[in-house]
Amino acid sequence: MVNGKAVNCELVWREISNYLEDDVDAGLRTAMDEHFRTCKKCASVLAGMQNVVRLYGDERMIEVPAGYGRRLEKRLARDARVRSRGWSTWSAWLVPVAALVLITGGLKWASSLTVAHPLQSEHAQPGRNIPPDMVVVVSVGAKEFHRPGCEVIHNKDKTRTLTATEAIREGYVPCVRCLRKYVQVAEAETGSEESESEVHADADLDMRPRGVR
Amino acid sequence: MAEPNVVLNNPGLAGTTREQELIAAVQRGQNELFYELVRPYERRVYAAALAILRNETDAEDVAQEAMLKALANIRQFRAEAKFSTWLIQITVNEALMRRRRERTAVMEGIDDRRDEEGEYTPRDFADWREIPSEALERKEVREKLAEALASLDRKYREVFVLRDVEQLNIQETAEALGISVASVKTRLLRARLMLRDLLAGGWEQGWFSRLPFEKGSKPW
Repeated sequence: MVNGKAVNCELVWREISNYLEDDVDAGLRTAMDEHFRTCKKCASVLAGMQNVVRLYGDERMIEVPAGYGRRLEKRLARDARVRSRGWSTWSAWLVPVAALVLITGGLKWASSLTVAHPLQSEHAQPGRNIPPDMVVVVSVGAKEFHRPGCEVIHNKDKTRTLTATEAIREGYVPCVRCLRKYVQVAEAETGSEESESEVHADADLDMRPRGVR
Repeated sequence: MAEPNVVLNNPGLAGTTREQELIAAVQRGQNELFYELVRPYERRVYAAALAILRNETDAEDVAQEAMLKALANIRQFRAEAKFSTWLIQITVNEALMRRRRERTAVMEGIDDRRDEEGEYTPRDFADWREIPSEALERKEVREKLAEALASLDRKYREVFVLRDVEQLNIQETAEALGISVASVKTRLLRARLMLRDLLAGGWEQGWFSRLPFEKGSKPW
């Protein structure tokens, strides 16, 4: 009884899981206990649920793949060996150092493979701080790359689209009309006392083609 | 330098004390003792991963990853917590991350939005008696129970496994799965009732026919 009233089957079914969890108040528990004594249906539900909880909670119910424990042990042992070498031994710092050397060397080697195109126009300004992923167009026989829609694109029927980085790599220079602000930045900086190291430290890409200074 | 092996020199320590000693030893750097520490839970770790991923290869892989993560973070484990619960929670987290990466949740998550409203009515009210645990010695029985569990929707299966197989409490289950306590209770009720009905149906098909029940009675 809950507050002196008997509970019905629907309420028992709704609360039966909480009952097993001992998560019902004392009044409801007493009422449910009384109900189970007199209702065969609900007693059946309770017994079945107790069987479910007990059987599935048995460790024998857990099937693992053959060799699972052995593979786990081997992997943990391998990891433990690596960890136990500790950071103080030479091998611990040699690995990252070697990796750094390899990466640095790899980058230098990769960059050496990049074909450095000469500027299409030797009088042109290479531009600075141009967003590398900016979509630009170039046209056959021209020396400049443009923003799409630029009025001074030559051979408009023979253009191709690429990124600013690609255009610069191929030796194209920014259009002084549509990309003026990047050219002016470059001009303003020409002759400044900005050191070589500062140029490389700049967060923005140096958009000059490789090998052209 | 590694500490003296205090644990292996005291094999007679009681379970909990021994576990505490193992934890302390691994925290001090005796990583080679970690497997001894987690071995009692290795099957449960696998079961937790399998409940979420439903793929044996992925479950084993995640179980290993979870163990390695537990080892890497063993110093963060606090003695007031239960080690097995901490381990299972790491496993569940790893498995959920794996499932998110592989986007299977998108497929299975569709049914998460329905059927928590409305009540589930038990279907079978036969006479019952307790199934002896010895029944689990029979592979056929274990397979039928596993099939019934696998047939549940993901949201019911996960809650049921964490609560009734892994023995996390309601609150821990909610935290591990990132759902509310109320949802855990609702799903747990459903899962238990559905499994009960499924297994009662299995009785009709003779799953437990070699068990010593009285004629005409069911274990449910």
